Amino acid sequence: MRQPQQLKDHFREARIFRHRVVFTALVLIVLMGVLVARFYNLQVVNHADYVTQSDRNRVHVQSIPPTRGLIYDRRGVLLAENIPSYNLSIIKERVDDLEQTLDVLKELLSVDEDELEKFHKRLGQRRRPFEAVPLRYRLKEDEIARIAVNEYRLPGVEVEAQLIRHYPYGQLFAHSVGYVGRINDRELAAFDPEQYERYSGTHITGKIGLEKYYESILLGEVGHQNVETNARGQVLRVLDRTDPVPGANLTLNLDAELQKAAFEAFEGMRGAAVVIDTETGGVLSMVSTPSFDPNLFVTGISFKDYRALNNSLDLPLFNRALQAQYPPGSTVKPMLGLAGLHNGVINKDYAIRDPGFYQLKGDERIHRDWKPRGHGNHVNLKQAIAESCDTYFWDLAFRTGIDRMHAFGVKFGLGSRTGVDVPSERRGIWPSREWKRGARGLPWFPGDSLNMGLGQGDVLATPIQLALMTSTIANRGERKRPLLVNTINGEVVPVDAPSQTHVSEQHWDTVFDAMESVVHTVRGTANVIRRGTKYQIAGKTGTAQVVAIKQGEKYDSEKLAERHRDHALFVAFAPVDKPRLATAVLVENGEKSSKAAKIARKILDQWLLDSEGQLTAATPTVVGGAG
Amino acid sequence: MSSRDFLRRMPEASRELRRPISLWQKFHIDLPLLILLLALTAFGLVVLYSASGQELYYVKRQGVFFLLAYGTMFAVAQINIHVFQRWAPWVYLGGIVLLVLVIFMGIGAKGAQRWLSLGGFRFQPSEILKLAVPIVVASYLAGRVLPPRFGQVLMTLVLIFVPTYLIWKQPDLGTSILIASSGLVVLFMAGLRWRYIGGAVGAVLTGAWPMWQFVLHDYQRQRILTMFDPEADKLGAGWNIIQSKTAIGSGGVGGKGWLQGTQSQLDFLPESHTDFIIAVLAEEFGLMGVLILMGLYLLIIARGLMIALGAQDTFGKLLASGIIVTFFIYIFVNMGMVAGLLPVVGVPLPMVSLGGTSIVTLMTGFGILMAIGTERRRVTA
Repeated sequence: MRQPQQLKDHFREARIFRHRVVFTALVLIVLMGVLVARFYNLQVVNHADYVTQSDRNRVHVQSIPPTRGLIYDRRGVLLAENIPSYNLSIIKERVDDLEQTLDVLKELLSVDEDELEKFHKRLGQRRRPFEAVPLRYRLKEDEIARIAVNEYRLPGVEVEAQLIRHYPYGQLFAHSVGYVGRINDRELAAFDPEQYERYSGTHITGKIGLEKYYESILLGEVGHQNVETNARGQVLRVLDRTDPVPGANLTLNLDAELQKAAFEAFEGMRGAAVVIDTETGGVLSMVSTPSFDPNLFVTGISFKDYRALNNSLDLPLFNRALQAQYPPGSTVKPMLGLAGLHNGVINKDYAIRDPGFYQLKGDERIHRDWKPRGHGNHVNLKQAIAESCDTYFWDLAFRTGIDRMHAFGVKFGLGSRTGVDVPSERRGIWPSREWKRGARGLPWFPGDSLNMGLGQGDVLATPIQLALMTSTIANRGERKRPLLVNTINGEVVPVDAPSQTHVSEQHWDTVFDAMESVVHTVRGTANVIRRGTKYQIAGKTGTAQVVAIKQGEKYDSEKLAERHRDHALFVAFAPVDKPRLATAVLVENGEKSSKAAKIARKILDQWLLDSEGQLTAATPTVVGGAG
Repeated sequence: MSSRDFLRRMPEASRELRRPISLWQKFHIDLPLLILLLALTAFGLVVLYSASGQELYYVKRQGVFFLLAYGTMFAVAQINIHVFQRWAPWVYLGGIVLLVLVIFMGIGAKGAQRWLSLGGFRFQPSEILKLAVPIVVASYLAGRVLPPRFGQVLMTLVLIFVPTYLIWKQPDLGTSILIASSGLVVLFMAGLRWRYIGGAVGAVLTGAWPMWQFVLHDYQRQRILTMFDPEADKLGAGWNIIQSKTAIGSGGVGGKGWLQGTQSQLDFLPESHTDFIIAVLAEEFGLMGVLILMGLYLLIIARGLMIALGAQDTFGKLLASGIIVTFFIYIFVNMGMVAGLLPVVGVPLPMVSLGGTSIVTLMTGFGILMAIGTERRRVTA
């Protein structure tokens, strides 16, 4: 001990303590002041910011998808509708353990590998945060029940009711109406901000056909609602709402019954048919066989189904009516005959002697008519068209010349798109000197003109182009843009003013007469369809070579594989005296043009005859249209 | 005690002696403090109902603990404070033993080992130390000549930091901070010399820089930085702070109304019924509600300091001031943390946050305060 024990001085201790308490009290007041200042700062100074922040927390904007416009045929039959479906989707952001969740779902719904693979693909795609990714569409009642019971162990898994597109006629309109499908990566990337906004509630978009062409009007306008959610994102109530505007309904020129009749007339053969209402230019039917069920694509086609469709030799996904380009063969002869008449190269009575072959002066190549011994010594235009005399048209083509043939064909729509309201139409080829120089780097040879006279060589046309050409003949030179859609939301779609080719009336009569004789005379090439006609048909047959036949070689169909046989073609309009419809039919590897002619007859009958087989008075008008 | 001391104190005390003894005083109840505590309890339960998602269950549970706590407070108030002084070392040592036992036999929750199970009853030994530390420090210092000399200060620090360390390792940072401060407050009140305080602060500051620069790893530095700037970690610790600030700020002056707080009712605010309950109050009752609560707290603290000043002897003075200042530290740390001023350490808002034994501990403290405040001069007996 350094010093004796110090005594406690209570007064001193009490004084020190008092000082310390006062000091402490001051510190406490200062610190409380700091807290008050802090709360004042948060609650008064920055109040507005935090209110915004708080609202942003709880209020979320949700997009409400508009109902997609419906598509009706001309009689008001639904071709594309929206049906309710229960879908199972997963919001990845809310799932704790995706693998485990999928395992549970696998067990509950027997999800197979294909579905999982598709789901993972969708999941990998660019998408908005908290966007539900569908795993399965069209849940059955018992599946919904199983999900509901197990909801507690499936956070982030939702069963949502949704309208999905449905095509009640299945394969019948797959190539015309088309189908919708999930918006893919490429489409999403191509969206501009406005589109991105328009599609904010929608997962699907038109992929082909009318669904694609009229996408922007079928889609409608997206609606919005502000919802209050809790921290787990559950919607508690709707604060305000802007309703979506449904997409416009389309009423088509297409006729479901005619479409069905045309499709069935093919009896499984590959080919295409296009039927045009000559009066309006409207497309009454557009068939491409074989076809496929567009409903497969709506919710995402399985890899297996897609492979089967894509790898099929019959190319069911290929829209032959618009995309297949075939040599039109003899179907161009009436038009070329008209060109000859119009240009004064021939007249109605001009006749040739047909030895069964044609040879250009100074050219050793011999062009053989399909009829080895020729069509006779006095073949005029009517006979040449009726019997499809090649020799006559070689002579005609040579004398008309490329320039005049080209110019005339263009007026009938050859070599350019018809402007039909279905995407992906091909333009075909109607050659000219310029075209050949550009495409082949060669000048035009007289032999080229001979090929063109028979619709061969470089000439290519789509079935819809041939239908348009035939319709233009039926209308005596008036060419109208063929449209599938007649009215949009009850308003008739304005049709472009038709283009008119002026040819003397008597020439038209000559060609009409000649085309009528194709069907209605004994030696006409389509005489097989004459029996029992209640009206006069004007037509023209054609065959298109698939494999070039070498000089001097005889065409032997048995030697050629089925797929190397000629394509059969037939174009027609009826009735001759007052045309109401025109059609072009193509049967791939049909070999005989009569096959195409028979289909055309069924199409014409379906449209022109009533159920008792009597000629109807007029074309049925479009339901809902103003006219 | 010298006779001189006794005589000089007599006149001052005689005034008090002449006053008739009220019924409250007879039962050792400090009426102003009791009224303030009851008001605070009621307010707290109202807020808790809203904060717990309008579940009566929590309010009932809290009510039961409050009944138990008030009962304990009344009981403790009857005890002569020198009993505490006498038993202090043993309670303290017992507490330390239990803390050591926690290391070996403790029950964990959320990665922390804090609980001991005694015949089916679970409790946290750290609760005992919340009171044992200030009592033992007050008891130790009251027996010395004050202000304490260096050796005594060191001894006091040992008394404080042994339990603090054990609790910090559990880990329970919040409680260890509170226990350390409860002891340090008593030391300060005992007249700890300013030069010691200055020296300690200087040592910490000079030691901190080389520590930061050379000893700590990057991730440790990062963790400390995050502690002081929680909003940098938006989805982790920052989430709580961002949401609590949003709740407080959006409450404004008048609040959104009871049960109408969107942050609280829609579950954006985490821990809304425990550590972050002040944010619920601030959102629904606004700045007004916050000021009312702070007012109640200040009145309680003021009453506590008055009791400390009027205590009969040094032990009473030190202990009373220690308890009441620690109470303030609870409040300040919690509010500062929720308002984003202080790092997030787990400290509940006293009397308002959902609690269990912690409420009983808190009210035991007030019982001791009442015992000190109503102590009658034994010398006359």
